[in-house]
Amino acid sequence: MADPIATAMRQHRPRVLEALPWLAAIGGYHVFADQLPFGSQILITILFALSLDLVLGFAGIVTLGHAACYGAGAYAAGIYAVHISHEPLSGLLVGAAAGAAFGALSGLVVLRTKGLTQLMLTLAFATLLAEAANKASFITGGNDGLQGIEIDPILGLFRFDMFGRTGYVYCLIVLFCLWLMLRVLLASSWGQSLVGIRENVGRMRAIGAPVNARLLTAYTIGAAMAGVAGALLAQTTQFVGQSVLGFERSGEIVIMLVFGGIGRLYGAFIGVTLYMLAQDQLAKDDPIYWNFWIGLILVLTVLFARGGILGLIARLRGPKVWRS
Amino acid sequence: MDTIFSALVSILFHGLAFAMVLYIVSVGLSLTMGLMGFVNLAHGAFAMVGGYVAVTLMNSLAVPFGFALLAAFLLTGLISAILERTLYTRLYGAAELEQVLFTIGLIFMASAAMRKLFGPIALPVHLPAMLEGQLSLGFRTVPMYRAFLIGFGFILILALWLGIERTRFGARLRAAVDNRRMAESIGIDTSLLFTLTFALGSGLAALGGGLGADILAIYPGYATEYLVYFLMVVAVGGLGSIRGPFVAALLLGIGDNACKYLVPEFGAFFLYVAMIAVLMWRPNGLFGRV
Repeated sequence: MADPIATAMRQHRPRVLEALPWLAAIGGYHVFADQLPFGSQILITILFALSLDLVLGFAGIVTLGHAACYGAGAYAAGIYAVHISHEPLSGLLVGAAAGAAFGALSGLVVLRTKGLTQLMLTLAFATLLAEAANKASFITGGNDGLQGIEIDPILGLFRFDMFGRTGYVYCLIVLFCLWLMLRVLLASSWGQSLVGIRENVGRMRAIGAPVNARLLTAYTIGAAMAGVAGALLAQTTQFVGQSVLGFERSGEIVIMLVFGGIGRLYGAFIGVTLYMLAQDQLAKDDPIYWNFWIGLILVLTVLFARGGILGLIARLRGPKVWRS
Repeated sequence: MDTIFSALVSILFHGLAFAMVLYIVSVGLSLTMGLMGFVNLAHGAFAMVGGYVAVTLMNSLAVPFGFALLAAFLLTGLISAILERTLYTRLYGAAELEQVLFTIGLIFMASAAMRKLFGPIALPVHLPAMLEGQLSLGFRTVPMYRAFLIGFGFILILALWLGIERTRFGARLRAAVDNRRMAESIGIDTSLLFTLTFALGSGLAALGGGLGADILAIYPGYATEYLVYFLMVVAVGGLGSIRGPFVAALLLGIGDNACKYLVPEFGAFFLYVAMIAVLMWRPNGLFGRV
């Protein structure tokens, strides 16, 4: 048995392959210059999926209500822009705070339970928030969505242009910063203990790990990240619709993450990109078939390819590939 | 005073009818979850399929109401038994997330298939003539169909209780829910028992889907739209219990109607807050085992 600390250090060393998503994103900016608003959507959704990976993949909390944090961030940032300030960066913080607040409050209740009850509670809190957004139409716009969001140039320098160039770069930089933060966090002893909790709660309790506190922090950080993703959506599209809070959104993001590979940090990048590109191409023609095939692929993934695309690659390449 | 009484009767009556539908659909879910620990989110999809079968048979082929329901029960039960034997059984003991994903996949496929076959709009329900109109209770009249639902629901529940408490199958089922290993070691074929219970539960869901088509509209979004209701009944009632979901369905059905009637603006709030409170107080449900 090798020295566990050395093994862990080796596991978390930066790798050349890790530059791939970022090179692809920069390449995409130049190659698909006329598709940048769609590109921003992909980046935002990747951030959303990444936040879910922390909660679901690393902390092992099964949630069907993660869209609530995303929607809370989107509405908070949107309302902040409409009523308080057009400044974008503080808007992101507002989004993060809204997501974190929702995550921390619901987490206090949700994390006390497990199994079906936990699933049910995540669903219930999300539905509650969606209902609140629907009823509070004087501030959220209700069914019509939140309109009239205006955003100032970033740092007073970079104006949001109609081609979505600024928006794309903005989303990319935010995504990169938060990804880096998450990567560092997961490589730390905090991240390792999270994986320990996922794998065996009993033993982690036995060695004195503060299980409940760890889970609540992870849940709250994940919620804050989802809040930032929502805020980015509100700022770049200048609109917040009620669907951001819906059950469909929560389900869809889980599916994207699972296709890519859960608990692997990069599953979000692969899963979201492939899903959204495919959806963009296929769902327009026939949304019914699209849903059917997604359902079928999901069933097949669970039965035959647990671990998603990255899991398949890891299996093909043997034990060398980094995984948590 | 009279109007208050009238409102109260109305709430109780409609709530009771709704509770019956919720219970008939959800009781199977409680049993299968308690028995196999399988988080089957697709349970609502079986109710949806049953609803489609029953309503289509009545509407297009003019099959009598009772036979249409029976057909829905049998057909859906058969489909679910096949699915259980071929697919579900591979995921017993798998992580919760995998079961959730697998069953969400089934919901997607079922919803898409129903939408392809029957279109996106809710199916109209043509009730048999004898169940239409009003029933006079002396001091007021109530919709005949709701009264029928309540009566039918009670008979079904009685039959279910007798079946679970008084038959050999019921005894085996209770034994397996209590302690699966022990049940196996005294020679109970739990694998067969699982399949039968699963088929029965799905068949009941289909029956509930058909019976409740008037209350929970049959359309392709059925399996996701009402999923929260079904899960609520099971989570609040407690897994593996027959009695728990009934109490939960009563609370939910009557509570839902009362909220919609008394505070239409904020009805859903009270319901969800109440549920969260109950689950914080008793995380395993009202009648759940610890």
